Amino acid sequence: MLKYILRRLASILLTLFVIVTITFFLMRIAPGNPFTSEKRLPPEIEANLNAHYGLDQPWYKQYAQYLVKVATWDFGPSFKYKGQTVNDLIADGFPVSLYLGLEALFIAVFFGILLGVFAAVRQNSWVDYSSMSLAVIGISVPSFIMAAVLQYIFAIKLQWFPIATWGSFKHTILPALALAMMPLAYIARLTRSTMLEVLNNDYIKTAKSKGFSERVIVYRHALRNSLLPVISYLGPLTANIITGSFVIEKIFGIPGLGAHFVQSITNRDYTVIMGVTTFYSIILLLAVLLVDIVYGLIDPRIKVSAKEGV
Amino acid sequence: MIKMTSSVGEKEKFVLVRQNLEEAEKIEKKSISFWGDAFYRFRQNKLAMFCVFLLLVLVAMAIFVPWFSKYDYDTNDLMNTNQPPSAKHWFGTDDLGRDVFVRTWVGARISLTIGVVAALIDLLIGVVWGGIAGYKGGRVDEVMMRIADILNGIPYLLVIILFMVVFGQELWTMILAMTVTGWINMARIVRGQVLQLKNQEFVLAARTLGASFSRILFKHVIPNAMGPILVTLTLTIPSAIFTEAFLSFLGLGLNPPLASWGTMANEGLPALEYYPWRLFFPATFICLTMFALNVIGDGLRDAIDPRLRK
Amino acid sequence: MEKILEIKDLEVKFHTQSGTVHALRGVNFHLNKGETLALVGESGSGKSVTAQAIMKLLPTPPAEITKGQIILDGEDIVPKTEKQMEKIRGNVVSMIFQDPMTSLNPTMRVGRQIDELIMKNEKVSRQEAKRRAIELLDMVGIPNAASRYNQYPHQFSGGMRQRVMIAIAVAARPKLLIADEPTTALDVTIQAQILELMKRLKEKLETSIIFITHDLGVVANMADRVAVMYAGQIVEIGTSDEIFYDPRHPYTWGLLSSMPSLDANDGEELHAIPGSPPDLTKPPVGDAFARRSPYALQIDFEKEPPMFQVSETHFVKSWLLHPNAPKVEPPKIVQQRRRVLPGTFEHPVLVEGGL
Repeated sequence: MLKYILRRLASILLTLFVIVTITFFLMRIAPGNPFTSEKRLPPEIEANLNAHYGLDQPWYKQYAQYLVKVATWDFGPSFKYKGQTVNDLIADGFPVSLYLGLEALFIAVFFGILLGVFAAVRQNSWVDYSSMSLAVIGISVPSFIMAAVLQYIFAIKLQWFPIATWGSFKHTILPALALAMMPLAYIARLTRSTMLEVLNNDYIKTAKSKGFSERVIVYRHALRNSLLPVISYLGPLTANIITGSFVIEKIFGIPGLGAHFVQSITNRDYTVIMGVTTFYSIILLLAVLLVDIVYGLIDPRIKVSAKEGV
Repeated sequence: MIKMTSSVGEKEKFVLVRQNLEEAEKIEKKSISFWGDAFYRFRQNKLAMFCVFLLLVLVAMAIFVPWFSKYDYDTNDLMNTNQPPSAKHWFGTDDLGRDVFVRTWVGARISLTIGVVAALIDLLIGVVWGGIAGYKGGRVDEVMMRIADILNGIPYLLVIILFMVVFGQELWTMILAMTVTGWINMARIVRGQVLQLKNQEFVLAARTLGASFSRILFKHVIPNAMGPILVTLTLTIPSAIFTEAFLSFLGLGLNPPLASWGTMANEGLPALEYYPWRLFFPATFICLTMFALNVIGDGLRDAIDPRLRK
Repeated sequence: MEKILEIKDLEVKFHTQSGTVHALRGVNFHLNKGETLALVGESGSGKSVTAQAIMKLLPTPPAEITKGQIILDGEDIVPKTEKQMEKIRGNVVSMIFQDPMTSLNPTMRVGRQIDELIMKNEKVSRQEAKRRAIELLDMVGIPNAASRYNQYPHQFSGGMRQRVMIAIAVAARPKLLIADEPTTALDVTIQAQILELMKRLKEKLETSIIFITHDLGVVANMADRVAVMYAGQIVEIGTSDEIFYDPRHPYTWGLLSSMPSLDANDGEELHAIPGSPPDLTKPPVGDAFARRSPYALQIDFEKEPPMFQVSETHFVKSWLLHPNAPKVEPPKIVQQRRRVLPGTFEHPVLVEGGL
């Protein structure tokens, strides 16, 4: 197991290296430099700024410097927000986004699995058809459209929830729901189809022949085997929620990292773009690693084959 | 013991009948081809057939409405801004007095084009990459899939965002951006199929007859893998449409006055409270198209492999 | 002799998209306490359906028991509800399935899969159940039972897994054990071991066994009585000796003459039974096997044959036993083995049906 984790960490570092390199060079070829949108600066001031930010160095020196800084977790200053570093922005926005993200994750996973199990166990009943119809709609409605719809109906028209910003738990519900809808639908469908397959397996027949009730069979025998694909999905799910947060935070005016990131794109604030991109990548790669470890713990077949070096 | 009675004429029945038992070996039912069978099953799926019809209607409208409409998509009418839907403007007008109805169908052209072209490019790259990797196997496979894995580690949307920031917000940059990592999924599917198929007898037969590598790959293996390839293709299109809409919401969509459904929805968002139709119509069509394509993709999957069916 | 199981006139239909399959078309047999009955036939003959019907394990949306009785230990289980059946399964009757590779839950420890059955049926503690489970694993011949108890199915070989299945099946001391082709998926040497095990267990636990197989060699080894099934009906039933040495139904002749034997004379051809089993969405009129039989009579295509009794224990469903029927000779292989057994009637006696 340990060997496996180390191997994966090495692979993650490699990927990160590629990402940092790519973002760096992309930012370099991007049109304009961070100061172009400001009013025309006198050349000496511009030279000073360039020197201050290291922009007058040849590209390979800048690249090397950047790599070193990233390795020491220093993403540099923001070009737009004077006096704030990228780290500041991350520290500022990330907790908010994390809260929102975890809430959405919980809603999606918990209710998705529940719905999927019910639909599978009551296959071809009205419960099945209606929940699966809702699920197809769920995966067809992009999260930001869902956000706009929820905002319109529940905040503007019905006024049950605040329209925007962040403050109380009530502020979190609509955005979390908007983020969670698509993954919830996807997980429901995935759980249902996996569980149907599992319920067709021979060992379920064995369990039935032992005289166990449907409830016992579903929850003690079938469920664990049905969760495996859902666990695998948690990696892409994290990515989904992260990118979803960009737009959701914008729509609901939430001061999270996603909103900062979107703003930095509009501002062409390159250090922020690079830093946040790298930060997100780290989170994603770690999430995938975590998921794989959990998967290996739940499925005894994987664990053993890892031990045997397969 | 029951007494046996025999009626007159029954005795003749007890004669041996000469049978041509080789006849019995003939297969009774007519054999249907694989695709014939699959299309038959697909036609049984009423919802999927309806969605095909729906899509055809959408495409037809996208082609014909802008030709026959009396308004152009960029005709300003500053006297009539933000009008709700009426007989004159079926979908209302936007903040520059432009007719939302015709803009929706022009937007359809763009969104659908992006979706289909991006998916086709993904298909091309994916089939070639996955086909070669799967068929060659060994070192070649390892290296090719390693590269794919590392590229896959880079979050899809982040890549696209960076791409758009750097290369500008044109139609072709958007399509290109989507295909940079979008092909990986298709490549994986194709590779999986090729791995399964290459050890089957018809491939062995082709090789013994001296067929070349590319001939076997493209004339024998790939056609047999068409099933999952087709399903993946159908499901990639809504993903591309979603991505385009998403980018628009981030402000990275196409430049005005060019309008896709995504950019229209994005422009309609701030006006949600007072002029909801500006968001509502493009958003609805995004969802409808994604829904229809998802259902068709599901239907194809069920038709091709009935074991996976509900 | 007391009967542990009695099946009367059982009819089972499957409602599918391509029509209604008449899987069982009037099955009659019984099993005495302590007996082993072999149920023999090709794929599609209805053997597995019968087995699953006895435990009411058939999925009831497509499947339906449309007629008949299944009297298990004195009670007809056909009208019983699921809740009632849950008490009976594992307890009174249990089953061993064909494929040991897929019949065990891959993510649950083997010991637990035995424990849960013991604890369901008796109020015992976890420790006690564990102790009994380890005892069972030992009894079925698993070495190092105590440490194996904590392992997962993929850590066992095929033969071992089947032993575990047997341990599970006998854990609650059922009165009737149904074995659905338990050795088909195993190597020949392992097969022999498993059959030995089952024989030992049967003596020790006094279980009655229904043994489903298509392999007549296994039958010779294990069975007291044999029932031959074709197209959803029992076409011949008798003691093991009667079936091997004095078979009367053309299908049984076909089965026996298609069996490769180590002591066959040189130059004897194997006869495969031509054709394939009938499509049971349109069950054939008359005798279902006639279409593949060189001994078919005109009446076979018009009326279903009645049951004829050949001895106290031997019954045959064929028009060939009717007094009006011509005398026919079975294939050479069958003739060579033929013996006259004590207790055989002079003339076959009509049991039911008639002209």
